[in-house]
Amino acid sequence: MSRHYIMRRLLIAIPSILGISVILFGVLALAPGDPFADLAANPAIPPEVAASLRAKFGLDDPVWLRYVHWLVAMLHGDWGFSFASRIDVDRLILQRLPITLVVIGAAQLLAIVVALPVGVLAGVKPYSIFDQIANTMAFIGFSLPTFFTGLLLILLFSVKLDWLPMVYRTDLASSGWQWWWDQLKQSIMPVAVLGLFQGASLVRYVRSAVLDVVRLDYVTTARSKGIGESAVITRHVVRTALIPVVTLVALQMPVVFGGALVTEQIFRVPGIGSLLISAMLANDTPVVMGVTFVFACLVVFFNLIADILYGWLDPRISYR
Amino acid sequence: MAGSTPASLTAEAPGAAAAATGARSASKAPSTPGREAWRRFRRHRLAMASSVVLAIIVLAVVLGPLLWRVPINEIDFASKLEGPSWTHPFGTDDLGQDILARLLYGGRISLAVGFCAMLVAAVVGVMVGAIAGMSRGSVDAGLMWLADLFLALPQLPLLLLIIYLFRDSLTKILGPEGGIFIMVVAVIGGLRWMQVARLVRAQILSIREKEFIEAARALGASRLRQVVRHILPNALGPVIVAGTIDVAAAIIAESTLSFLGLGFPPDIPTWGRVLFDAKDTIDVAPHWVLFSGGAIFLAVLTINFIGDGLRDALDPRRVL
Repeated sequence: MSRHYIMRRLLIAIPSILGISVILFGVLALAPGDPFADLAANPAIPPEVAASLRAKFGLDDPVWLRYVHWLVAMLHGDWGFSFASRIDVDRLILQRLPITLVVIGAAQLLAIVVALPVGVLAGVKPYSIFDQIANTMAFIGFSLPTFFTGLLLILLFSVKLDWLPMVYRTDLASSGWQWWWDQLKQSIMPVAVLGLFQGASLVRYVRSAVLDVVRLDYVTTARSKGIGESAVITRHVVRTALIPVVTLVALQMPVVFGGALVTEQIFRVPGIGSLLISAMLANDTPVVMGVTFVFACLVVFFNLIADILYGWLDPRISYR
Repeated sequence: MAGSTPASLTAEAPGAAAAATGARSASKAPSTPGREAWRRFRRHRLAMASSVVLAIIVLAVVLGPLLWRVPINEIDFASKLEGPSWTHPFGTDDLGQDILARLLYGGRISLAVGFCAMLVAAVVGVMVGAIAGMSRGSVDAGLMWLADLFLALPQLPLLLLIIYLFRDSLTKILGPEGGIFIMVVAVIGGLRWMQVARLVRAQILSIREKEFIEAARALGASRLRQVVRHILPNALGPVIVAGTIDVAAAIIAESTLSFLGLGFPPDIPTWGRVLFDAKDTIDVAPHWVLFSGGAIFLAVLTINFIGDGLRDALDPRRVL
């Protein structure tokens, strides 16, 4: 893979970020509601003062100029001030971001660990009993919305069995090993909900990718050389089949973030997803914009990683 | 779904295929494309079962409120949070309202949102895809870049953002029920057209080079006529499949919004909204969560299975 390829991908990512920022700003600019509405309605403030305030904050500028101002401010890291939390938006988001990334990362890991073996086995022996069961389970898995699975798990493991805590706490009283144990216990359900939902759609991708590869001639060649079946599958089939799966995992990222948002809300995980919801319920517009923008940037970032990984895994791509 | 193996399992068990060949030679060979598709669809047992279940759900939702004449908002604190009984088959909620009546009424809205959002997505998608497919060069490239951009948007956060910003003013114009309905449908549909657009474009690119299009062109058919009369009918199969899956996705999206407390107001009991109200009493009234979540799950699962069956039925390249 050449450095050129990475550079070109990076350059393609920039218009995407810009496009997304235009859409976000457009939504904000089109939205009714004027931050100075109650100022204008206040009889104690003379209209000239209100007008000069408007001019000072650039509210009367043309839209494109406001967009440029907004974008420059965002790039400078000046993301505004949270009305509700009394703290800068960027600091607030940075506080909450790690836990979201940990939950999403762990969930993706779980999804891959579950989906890879199941999908490969199903694809190697298509139409077998195992394949049919796996396929039906996958269908059920991605037809179960995350909010319902979350509630079902709470009902089963917290209410009925009382094994796992219902909500996620950041102020665990314990320390040392006990702390890690408690942390693990309270993370199981959020990660499982998200991971199994992801895993369900991943199983189908892996299966069809394996199914595509397993009929190719080079696999027959490998078999006829007398290599054991397991070596054929792991060394020859899976390695090739995983290439499209990598891209699909990254393309699924928008869905994952949506799922993470819901999961965080159910289990009260203090990540940026629950921050977004609480900011919306509190009418905290700067936080809402900031978090949405972070989500958008994360999606573009993961797409970029997928492209680069794809180029690395499949050298044919780079030479296009 | 990606991959060149649109295989679904139940339809393809070798035994079933052999049996079907036998059945076909016994009966008359199907002649029209419609009958052929129906023959393939019938072979998908889970899809057939799902059609029956979904038909029952739709019938219950359409006719149910006429037959089950319990008001959805009759508050009765004497019988609150009761489990299923003869007077209240699905139990009651924390205000003593009948859950069955609420689910039947709310199901109308949940299913209508799903269906209308799919229509929006399909119409926008077909138009964008047709324009992109028929015009070469910069228009095509631009539209596809736009589709890619929309695919990279974080759907759920953006959906929440738009609803958050526009809800108040739209409800003022169109009333609480109509305003939210139109907005939810437009936004969910407006964020889901990309898949259809790409499908239509890909289909058009291949179909427009075929001889029968050349013949139509030679006979002097205008471009519009070529597209509407000759190309689109042949490109419809994948669009129908994608549309079916979109209905399920839109139902999930609406339920998610309502579940996060940002969708329909409390007096409109869509399935997601009922689940949202139910989640805080999950320890004392699990039936409330189970019935409302189960309704969403069942609707989504059956629609997904039907989509899978249609994929088998409408893909003319597959020989079954």
